[in-house]
Amino acid sequence: MKHVKMESYFSRLESFIDSLEDKKGSLITVLHKAQDIFGYLPEEVQSFVAKKLGIPRSKVYGVVTFYSFFTMTPKGKYPISVCLGTACYVRGAAKLLDEFKRKLEIDIGQTTKDGLFSLDGLRCVGACSLAPVVIIKDKVYGKVTVDMVEKIISEYKALGVV
Amino acid sequence: MEKCKVTIDGKTIEVEKGITILEAAKKIGIKIPTLCHLDLHDIKMVNKAASCRVCVVEVEGRKNLAPSCSTPVFDGMKVITNSIRALNARKIVLELLLSDHPKECLTCAKSGECELQELAEEFAIRKIEFEGEMSRYRKDYSPSIIRDMDKCVMCRRCETMCNEVQTVGVLSGINRGFNSVVATFFEKNLEDTTCTYCGQCVAVCPTGALTEVDYSWDVINAIANPNKIVIVQTAPAVRAALGEEFGLEPGTSVTGKMVAALKRLGFDYVFDTDFAADLTIMEEASEFLDRLTRFLNGDKSVRLPILTSCCPAWIKFFEHHFPELIDMPSTAKSPQQMFGAIAKSYFADILQVPREKIVVVSVMPCLAKKYEASRPEFKVNGNPDVDISITTRELARLIKQANIDFMSLPEEDFDKPLGESTGAGVIFGVTGGVIEAAVRTAYEWYTGKELRDVEFRQLRSDEGIRTASVNFGGFELNIGISYGLGNARKLLEEIKSGKSNYHAIEIMACPGGCIGGGGQPYHHGNLDIIRARARAIYHEDRHKEIRKSHKNPYIIELYEKYLGKPLSEKSHKLLHTHYFKKVLY
Ligand code: SF4
Ligand code: SF4
Ligand code: SF4
Ligand code: FES
Repeated sequence: MKHVKMESYFSRLESFIDSLEDKKGSLITVLHKAQDIFGYLPEEVQSFVAKKLGIPRSKVYGVVTFYSFFTMTPKGKYPISVCLGTACYVRGAAKLLDEFKRKLEIDIGQTTKDGLFSLDGLRCVGACSLAPVVIIKDKVYGKVTVDMVEKIISEYKALGVV
Repeated sequence: MEKCKVTIDGKTIEVEKGITILEAAKKIGIKIPTLCHLDLHDIKMVNKAASCRVCVVEVEGRKNLAPSCSTPVFDGMKVITNSIRALNARKIVLELLLSDHPKECLTCAKSGECELQELAEEFAIRKIEFEGEMSRYRKDYSPSIIRDMDKCVMCRRCETMCNEVQTVGVLSGINRGFNSVVATFFEKNLEDTTCTYCGQCVAVCPTGALTEVDYSWDVINAIANPNKIVIVQTAPAVRAALGEEFGLEPGTSVTGKMVAALKRLGFDYVFDTDFAADLTIMEEASEFLDRLTRFLNGDKSVRLPILTSCCPAWIKFFEHHFPELIDMPSTAKSPQQMFGAIAKSYFADILQVPREKIVVVSVMPCLAKKYEASRPEFKVNGNPDVDISITTRELARLIKQANIDFMSLPEEDFDKPLGESTGAGVIFGVTGGVIEAAVRTAYEWYTGKELRDVEFRQLRSDEGIRTASVNFGGFELNIGISYGLGNARKLLEEIKSGKSNYHAIEIMACPGGCIGGGGQPYHHGNLDIIRARARAIYHEDRHKEIRKSHKNPYIIELYEKYLGKPLSEKSHKLLHTHYFKKVLY
């Protein structure tokens, strides 16, 4: 991540924290916001949050590692989210997820070594008519089948890192 | 206080409403086993994890067994603590705990003192029915403490101690379920955190997950080396607790026997940290009076209150948490370090040997002293002033290993010149003692009058934070005293906000001062033991012929022959230090 970009991220997080009334009691809210901004919660970000809230760093780390919705690995350039809502689930989302795991050789919450892809499960995204749904970056794919996985991945691979 | 009637194992008693079943049972002599629970209300620490379920009991009318450590009593409550159901549940809980625990009692540093081992023994567990996956973590070695989280039972006592009592905040439970463990930020080594090495987490850990780094073999090797002169110094708090390791009542002072044991262990000279404590007073009281006089003469640049600097855990604490107050503590080194510096200069000159030939061993009630001895500023050309720092517990083990029957030892005297001390030096071991010792000397120097009654009762108490004033011939000296780093934090916040009107503050990291140090015999939750040690210290002071540091003839000689006077250039070089701003986040 470029230096300037990081700085603007930190200042966004800072103004969010400054706007809070009860700072010490808002750890989880702040971490959610931080993850929204940075995409993940690396050491510097957790340190920053601890300092701003005036709580020990170990506490922040304890909370981050306790809840599965917080992640400490950066998202890939193309984050893949498979909807695991009921509609998608009955239409085979779990199998889809497995296929992505197999093809990318990563688990949920992980990122491929080349930094291109990361994988996550999502709760219902409200596009049930298109189930099963996969979202890659901002693009929504509907009625995805296991056979399509390979092709989708290679499209993004062709786009590459740049 | 509202009362209520409860029946426990058929006995009915009236107790205050709201206390736990465990507490109520204790009142009628029923000891329900516990593991995670720890109530140190004297220092305002109660560990309420209620996570281990070892303490479950049957409550009439309830379907589930209740953890007695966290279930409050109510009027008419009927409890059975030893029904077959409760016993079975307790046994299964224990077996499950043991199934994810290394069975290494034979080589474990906590063996014989471990609460898990004791429970397993009480329950006559002979076989572990559940064989499951074991959680595995790397061991973390720091200069003072070893963390072996394979042995952690997740009681989280250490976390409560570090966060709530000490407010250091190094430890936290991380992850969840099977993977949960107590760790530092990003699972860094303790050495890379703000840990003060106060050792209070070690003092409350029920198992071998947290223990001291043991240097007893380094001591044995040094003594066995014919080319070295091995000198030992013993901190004031050690003599008030060592006897407990040999079955003596807490509060029994064993100074003479301890000296005899050290001589039999083969140390070339058995000296006393109390001597260095007297020396500390010479320097610290001078520094204080210098600051005070300048302050009273209107010098606005003077920083008051002066803060004591004998406790290395406290030093590291303010280096991390209050770097802006870095010029407030006295620059006087701790007695351990003063001793080392003098042993390897003045005493080396007397022996006419180079400092490298001397090995200085210190016996301390303290884990932070191990770390302190390793700080780079306390070395000369790479040679440390204090080579090895061991705890009271390690000394007890050394004595046992050397086949010394401690109880039948005669009482012997420290060697001279660095073994002679005053009552002022002895009371360094207890909270309020350093400031009382300083006042005994500063009073005489400031007023020019003789101090008849040297006991300042207003400075003595087991309260964690207290204030007192002492009349310095018409001038009221305001004194603050605290032990426990959380209490220290309160005093420092007061200073920072400008609300403080203290002239001097004494701070110690451990409960009751060094007598409650992290290297002392384990108290197993009974702080009366620490109070008993305090009595032993005051008793020792009362029976000393000389009770003011500046009257110690060997201290007078040291200044006459070597240092000149307090705060002289030589004193500064050998006896004073400086502090470093350290990162917090
Ligand atoms: S390290 Fe010791 S005190 Fe801390 S949670 Fe584990 S067993 Fe308890
Ligand atoms: S030694 Fe003291 S500061 Fe360090 S982890 Fe233990 S309780 Fe916390
Ligand atoms: S109070 Fe004493 S025993 Fe405790 S850390 Fe400080 S110097 Fe060591
Ligand atoms: S002692 Fe009661 S739950 Fe652990």
